[in-house]
Amino acid sequence: MPTPLVEMKNVYKIYHMGDTEVHALDGISMTINKGEFVAIVGQSGSGKSTCMNIIGCLDVATKGEYKLNGRSIKNYSQDELADIRNKMLGFIFQQYNLLTKLTVLENVKLPLLYAGLKESEQRKRALKSLARVGLKSKAGNYPSQLSGGQQQRVSIARALAGDPSVILADEPTGALDSRTGREVMLFLQQLNREGNTIILITHDNSIAAVAQRVIRITDGRIVYDGPAEGDLTIMNQHGAGEESVDDEKAKGAT
Amino acid sequence: MFAKCFEMAVSSVLSNKLRSVLTMLGIVMGITAVIALTSLMSGLTGTVTEAFEEMGMESITVSITSRASTKTLPIEDVEELMDENPDVIAGFSPTVFMPAYMKDPEDNSTISSTATGINEQYLSLKGYNIEYGRELTYLDIDRQMKVCIIGTYVAQNMFGGDALGQTLQITGTPYTVVGIIEEQDDSTEGSSDDVIYVPYTLAMHTTKTNTISSYTIYATSQDTVEEAETLIEAMCYKAIGDDDYYDVTAMKSMAESITEILDQMRLMLVAIAGISLVVAGIGIMNIMLVSVTERTREIGIRKSLGAKQRTILSQFVMESAMLSCIGGVIGIVLGSITALAAGKFLGMEVLPTVNSIVISVSVSAAIGIFFGFMPARKAAALNPIDALRYD
Repeated sequence: MPTPLVEMKNVYKIYHMGDTEVHALDGISMTINKGEFVAIVGQSGSGKSTCMNIIGCLDVATKGEYKLNGRSIKNYSQDELADIRNKMLGFIFQQYNLLTKLTVLENVKLPLLYAGLKESEQRKRALKSLARVGLKSKAGNYPSQLSGGQQQRVSIARALAGDPSVILADEPTGALDSRTGREVMLFLQQLNREGNTIILITHDNSIAAVAQRVIRITDGRIVYDGPAEGDLTIMNQHGAGEESVDDEKAKGAT
Repeated sequence: MFAKCFEMAVSSVLSNKLRSVLTMLGIVMGITAVIALTSLMSGLTGTVTEAFEEMGMESITVSITSRASTKTLPIEDVEELMDENPDVIAGFSPTVFMPAYMKDPEDNSTISSTATGINEQYLSLKGYNIEYGRELTYLDIDRQMKVCIIGTYVAQNMFGGDALGQTLQITGTPYTVVGIIEEQDDSTEGSSDDVIYVPYTLAMHTTKTNTISSYTIYATSQDTVEEAETLIEAMCYKAIGDDDYYDVTAMKSMAESITEILDQMRLMLVAIAGISLVVAGIGIMNIMLVSVTERTREIGIRKSLGAKQRTILSQFVMESAMLSCIGGVIGIVLGSITALAAGKFLGMEVLPTVNSIVISVSVSAAIGIFFGFMPARKAAALNPIDALRYD
């Protein structure tokens, strides 16, 4: 059996707020294998963001074991975590998080720069990555000259550039109108078909429905882990899913 | 990585031009002040040193102040000292100052000046060349001849230039002009061209003094000045017996002490300008702290993409060092221009020294690094999660 990409065993994340302990994650266990498309779904405050931070090596668990690609993520310094993020993870954020003062190409080159690649190699890979999202022609533009959907595709290109084991997408459609959002989701599906492992973090059930597998988190615990079709909440809300898209539209309009 | 950090710092400095310029302003002012002040001070030191050199760095003046005392320094003593130490003492001359009143040929007003009584060695010891006529001779001295040697200003002023062989009335006594010294300065009043020299014997006779109260003695070179000074001190002490009653002053030590004072002044001025550099550094630190806060999200993004702490640290330190260095270079240019302009205005030869430029650049780089370090460390220590969430 191949090593799972993401393996969590009884992971806790406990914050101290004055005298009270807050269990953001309350004993989570999950295994994600290579090539999967998983949606981690939950309301805000459910712990899904904490879960993403731990998967993304932005944070470490208080208790329990987390292995990324067979490597136990524990007792690492900030710099070592940065190195792991750089080599194994690709982030796609809700707000795109592109650096506005850098060109599209420079943005995509950034993770390669931090990986210490040679300039020529950085350029080559970044251009290849931009070609994959169909934005090679915009390489010299600044993010502000691009539409929201294009900017998100640039951030996808940036996530892909380092050829990471896992792509972590945190509400990737949150800032987009529903049509562009759907395009981005289709694109993520395509990337998944090409063999990329994608972990999607969202509160939006209709978005989660795109994934093969859904992990639902409530109050820091996993309440469902299985195929999207098996998730009752999604199934029940399937009609309401359209509504949710309308919500998105309304949000985009404001 | 260094090159990349440098590039990032450049683009960051350029992307916020107004702020960069405002941040630099303090450094620009500070360095301008340092460069301008040090340049002007070295110009001043140069001018002063030059003036001393003109007077002769080998010369030592002896003046006897013991009016009441009967003890004097006889000329024979000085002659003996010179004969015994030919390697140390090149020559000497009594210097007897004599008030000189003359009639202005133009409006008949009285010109009040001073003639100096000297011997036949004095002018050549001082390095003055006679342009027209001759020097004083032993005979002039011995026989108290009523002759004089004048500078170009006096020649111009009293005779309209053609002075040789003319008679100059000094305090009612006619003197024949036997020599004119070549122009030393710029033939203006009070300069080294406004001089009248007469035989010292005659000056003593005119001022009704029997003793010589002042000598100018020349050492053979600047290296023997100290030795000569010691010998002269000893001679004076032997002759007069109380060191309150005479002064032995070497031009060289006087020049040295004045140069020393000027150096101290320069140091003080630089220290004052240095305070402004510290203030400028604090300004840079302020702006960098603001910049770190403003760019929290950027730092978060960079960190999520794998930037290490030291990468972020060097990026921000580089940025403040760059701001500070650019400010320093602008300051050097402005300071040099200011110094040159001021030098021209004051009629001084002013040149910014390589030293001050090298020091200014290093100081501004050091300020940038020192004051940029704290904000940079703050940036580097940011938690990526908090930084990403920051709006």
